[in-house]
Amino acid sequence: MGRIIRVSGPVVQAEGMRESSMYEVVYVGYERLIGEIIKLEEDIATIQVYENTSGVKPGEPVEGTGMPLSVELGPGLIGSIFDGIQRPLSVIFEKAGPFVSRGIHIFALPRDKKWPFTPSRKAGEKIRGGEVLGYVEETPLVKHKILVPPTIRGTLREVAKEGEYRVEDLCAVVETPEGKTVELPFYHRWPIRAPRPYKERLPLSEPLLTGQRVIDTFFPVARGGCAAIPGGFGTGKTVTLHQLAAWSDADIVIYIGCGERGNEMTEVLISFPKLKDPRSGRPLMERTVLVANTSNMPVSAREASIYTGITMAEYFRDMGYDVALMADSTSRWAEALREISGRLEEMPAEEGFPPYLASRLGEFYERAGRVVTLSGEIGSVTIMGAVSPPGGDFTEPVTMHTKRFIRALWALDTALASMRHYPAINWLISYSDYIDVVENWWNERTGGLWKKYRVEAMKILQREEELKEIVRLVGPEALPEHEKLVLEVARMLREGFLRQNAYHPIDTYTPPEKQFYLLKGIVDFYYTAKRAMDRGVPFTKIKKLPVIFEIMRAKESIPNENLDQLKEFFDRALQEVQALEAGA
Amino acid sequence: MTALLSLEYKGVKEIVGPLIFVEGVEDVGFDELVEVITPAGEERRGRVLDVGRGFAVVQVFEGTQGLSPSATRVRFLGKPLSVPVSTEMLGRVFDGLGRPIDGGPEPFTEDHRDVNGLPINPFARDYPEEFIQTGVSVIDGMNTLVRGQKLPIFSGSGLPHNLLAAQIARQATVPGKEEEFAVIFAAMGIKHDEAHFFRRAFEETGALKRTAIFLNLADDPPIERLVTPRVALTLAEYLAFDLDMHVLVILTDMTNYAEALREISAAKGEVPSRRGYPGYLYTDLATIYERAGRIRGKKGSITQMPVLTMPNDDITHPVPDLTGYITEGQLVFDRELFRKGIYPPLNPLPSLSRLMKDGIGEGRTRGDHADVSNQLYAAYARAQEVRMITAIVGEEGLTDVDRKYLEFADYFEYYFINQRPDENRTIEQTLSIAWDCLSILPETELTRVSEKYIKQYYRKGKAS
Ligand SMILES: Nc1ncnc2c1ncn2[C@@H]1O[C@H](COP(=O)(O)OP(=O)(O)OP(=O)(O)O)[C@@H](O)[C@H]1O
Ligand SMILES: [Mg+2]
Repeated sequence: MGRIIRVSGPVVQAEGMRESSMYEVVYVGYERLIGEIIKLEEDIATIQVYENTSGVKPGEPVEGTGMPLSVELGPGLIGSIFDGIQRPLSVIFEKAGPFVSRGIHIFALPRDKKWPFTPSRKAGEKIRGGEVLGYVEETPLVKHKILVPPTIRGTLREVAKEGEYRVEDLCAVVETPEGKTVELPFYHRWPIRAPRPYKERLPLSEPLLTGQRVIDTFFPVARGGCAAIPGGFGTGKTVTLHQLAAWSDADIVIYIGCGERGNEMTEVLISFPKLKDPRSGRPLMERTVLVANTSNMPVSAREASIYTGITMAEYFRDMGYDVALMADSTSRWAEALREISGRLEEMPAEEGFPPYLASRLGEFYERAGRVVTLSGEIGSVTIMGAVSPPGGDFTEPVTMHTKRFIRALWALDTALASMRHYPAINWLISYSDYIDVVENWWNERTGGLWKKYRVEAMKILQREEELKEIVRLVGPEALPEHEKLVLEVARMLREGFLRQNAYHPIDTYTPPEKQFYLLKGIVDFYYTAKRAMDRGVPFTKIKKLPVIFEIMRAKESIPNENLDQLKEFFDRALQEVQALEAGA
Repeated sequence: MTALLSLEYKGVKEIVGPLIFVEGVEDVGFDELVEVITPAGEERRGRVLDVGRGFAVVQVFEGTQGLSPSATRVRFLGKPLSVPVSTEMLGRVFDGLGRPIDGGPEPFTEDHRDVNGLPINPFARDYPEEFIQTGVSVIDGMNTLVRGQKLPIFSGSGLPHNLLAAQIARQATVPGKEEEFAVIFAAMGIKHDEAHFFRRAFEETGALKRTAIFLNLADDPPIERLVTPRVALTLAEYLAFDLDMHVLVILTDMTNYAEALREISAAKGEVPSRRGYPGYLYTDLATIYERAGRIRGKKGSITQMPVLTMPNDDITHPVPDLTGYITEGQLVFDRELFRKGIYPPLNPLPSLSRLMKDGIGEGRTRGDHADVSNQLYAAYARAQEVRMITAIVGEEGLTDVDRKYLEFADYFEYYFINQRPDENRTIEQTLSIAWDCLSILPETELTRVSEKYIKQYYRKGKAS
C-alpha cells in the first residue's frame, strides 16, 4: 500500500510503491479511483488515473491489484457500449443516472445472464491456448467461440455439457503439463497493451468491401490492412467511419469513439439496431461493439480506449473472424499521450508530442493483419483510423507519422466538403497500396475488366484537373470540343459515381457489381460520345442529351439488386449517343 | 461553516502571473476551492491546480495584483467551486463567478452544484432532432439548428455577430410549441457596450425575465473567465435537466476564454502546442461544449451558441479550429459579404450544421428541404468558381450556363442570405426564396434535387 504525494490533474504520484510493477492497475485514494502505473522510480510510482481526481489529496492511500490493465473477453461483448476501460455505459447509466460519476466498479460482462453453450471438445483431449472449447450463439449473427486463454495448455479433464451458463460458471478443467489443474470459466482476461498471439501472419489477398464507391473502386482496403482518413473538422471522417461500420462485409465491427462527441455515439446506438446488414438482413448492432470515451470524459481513459478496442478485435479475430475496427479519432488519442507526457514533464519532440508518438502509432497499426489463429483458422483485423490534423494541415506530426504505417489514405478535402461533395475524399491525393492485392478478386467478377475501367476513369479525372487550370486562364468557351467532353464526363463521374449520399436509402450502400457497371457505363459513354464527335456530331448536341442527367442519377434511381435494369439502361443510353451520328 | 473548519495559511512563497505557490499546507485536495485574503483584507477566490506534500499551486480568479508573499493569507475550503442554482436567477445579472451585481438581493438558493459538472453518459443521451426556426434563411434553410445542438458563430472583429446572436435569441421558436424556455448569457471579456447591447435587446423583447446574465467584461480579471461559462452551464443543466426547461446558452467570446487559459498555462511553465496554447485546449473546450444536448427521459434541453472571433479572420487559428472539431457545426461570417452590405454576412460554404439532417424533411420542415439545401451549396460553390474565372477572362469567355450561375449568385446573396435584423422568416418563406434562386438555373443543373420536387417547385424560365 502506497501513499499519494502529489496530484496534478489526471497524473498522481505515490510513494511506498516498491512492490508494484509497470502498467499495474491501482486504486487511488479513498474513493478507489482506477489508475495505471506508467512510471516507476525507486519506490515512487507515477499513475495515470482514469477518473476525475478532483478533491484527491496527498496522504490518501494507493492500493495495487497485481494485475495489468486488462479487458474481459467472453459472451456479452456484442451490442455493448463500453467506456475507455471497458466499463459498460448502460450499467453505469442504471447505477448512477445520466452523468458519469466516479469510483464506479463494475464488470464488463454481465454476470447474471445465461448463455446457451454447445461444447465441441471432450474430456481427455489435449488442448492448447487459443483453441475452441465450444460456442455460444451470442446473437443471430455471431457464434461466439469460447477460447482457451492463449497462455494455457494441457489435457482436458472436464468440459461443460450442453446447457445454459453464466460467464463465471465452469466451462472446462485443464491439467497442465506441470500437473496443475486450471479451472476455466466462459471468459478470460487479457492485458490491453499486449498483442494477442497467433500462429502465423498471412499475406493479404481480399478486399474488405465497404459499399462506398470511391473506396471500393478507387482506394480499396484489404482485409487485414490499415487505412487512415485524415481531414479538417466537418469534412466527413465520422460519417465515413459510420458508413464503414455499417456496410463493411466484416463479421465483427469494433467502433471506438476516442475523444469525440457524445451525440455521435448516441447516433450509432440509435441507428444501428434499425439498419439491416445487407447480407443477412439482421440488425447491424448484432455484430457491433462500441467503445466510447468522449472528449469530456477523462483523458487517460481516452488513451486506454484504443487498446481496449484493439484487444477485443484481436479476440474475435482469434475465433477466425474478419474484424473491422474504426478509431475516431486517433489524433485525440495522440493528444492524450501528449497531455500525460506533459504532466510527466518529459522532453517533447514536435508540437509538444512525446518522442515515442511514432512508435506508439506504429505498434497500434501493427496489430492489424490477417493471421492463422492459434486454433488454425484464418482471421483478420482491419484498422481504419480517423486523423484530425490541426488547421487541416496534413504535415502535422500525427498525420505524417500515421502515413508511415498505413497503406491506404482517404484524404478529405475541405473544398469538396464545402460544396457538399460527400464523401469529400480527394481522388487526386488519396491512394491505396492494396490495388494489386484486390485486383484478382475484382477481375474474377468483372471478366477481367475492372482494372482497365478503373484506370480509364482515373485518367479522365486527372485530365479534368489539368483542364480546370486552363479554363481559369482562358475561360471554358475557348476549350476545344473534345476537351469539353472530358469536362462533361468528369462531371458525370463526380456526380454519378464519386459522390455518395450517406443519407439516401439506396445510395448509402452500393454492392460491388453495381459499382462496376456504373463505372463502366460512364466510361463507355465517354468513348461512344468521343467516337460520335469524331464522326461530326457537335459537342453541344451531346451536352443536350437528357440521358446525361439520368446517368448521374442511376446510382440512386436504379435499385441495388436490379443489375439487369442498370445494364439495359446504359445500353439504351449509349444507343442514344450513337443515334446522333445518323443526323451528323 | 466550511470557513470555520478550514485552515488558514500564510506560507505564500511565490507569485507568478495569476498563480500563487503556497508552502506548508496539509490536507489540501486537487481542484479545491481557495479563498485568498489580500493584504488589504479583500477576499478573492481561486482553485488548486497542483498539490504535493506540503505545497499547493493556486490559480487566483481575480488575479494577483496587490498580493505580496508576506502579507497574503490563504484558506482552503475543502470542496471544489460550487455555485447556488435556482429559478430566481432568471431575470438577474451576475458577475463572472455568479455573484449578483444588479443591486438585487441574493437569489433564493434551491441547490448548490459543482461548476465542473459531470460528463453526460453517451448512453444516456437522446439524439437532438427538433427543428428550431430562427427566422434567418441562411441558417434555417442551409444550416438548420436543432434543440440540444451546439452551434457556434465564427466571426471576426467588427462583424455583426452580436446582432445575429440577439436576433436568434429573440426569434428562435419550435413551430407549433409553447414551452418553458430560458436564455443564459455568459460574457467573457467583452466590452461594456456589447454587454449593454445584449441587455437592451433582451429587455426590448421582454425576454429579460427569462434570461440570466453572467458578465465578465474586458476590464474584469481574465482568469475569472475560465469559470464564467461553467457557472452559466451549471445553471443551464439545473434548469434543463431538473426543471424540464429548454435553455439556450450564448457564450461570448470564446477566444477571450482561450487566451485566459493560455495565460495560466504559460505561468505554469507548460510546454505549449500551437501558437502558445496548451496541448489540452481541445479537452478543456470539450468540457464546456459537450455540456449541451438532451437526456433520455428528460423533457428539457441545452442548446449552445458559442460566439468567437477568429484572430485575423483565420479559421485555422487554434480557437476556431478546435471549436469546430468539438461543436456540431459552425456558422462562419465573411468579411467580403459584410463589405457588400449583406446581413447576416454568413458564408454558407464553410458553414455546417451536422444535426440538420434529422431536424428537417417531411413532417418537420418540408420534404424538399434537404435537396434544396444541397443544391444551393453545390450551385453557390460552382458560382464562386465562375466568378473567379470571370475575373480573368471576362463574361464573354463564359458559357451560357456559367452566366446563369453568376446571376444565381447575386440573387442568392441579395435575396436569400440578406435580410433585416428584425426580419423573421418562416421556413416556407425561406424555401420559397430558395426556389426563386434555383429557378434561375437550367433544370439540368439541379442534379441534387429529386425529380419529384423539381416538378413540384421549379419555375421554368423564371426571370430575376
Ligand atoms: N457521405 C456523406 N453523405 C452525406 N453527408 C455527409 C457525408 N459525409 C459527411 N457528410 C456531412 O458532413 C458533416 C460532417 O461530417 P463529419 O461529422 O463526419 O465530419 P468529421 O470529419 O468527423 O468532423 P470532426 O473532425 O469535427 O469530427 C456531416 O454532418 C454530414 O452533414
Ligand atoms: Mg468526426
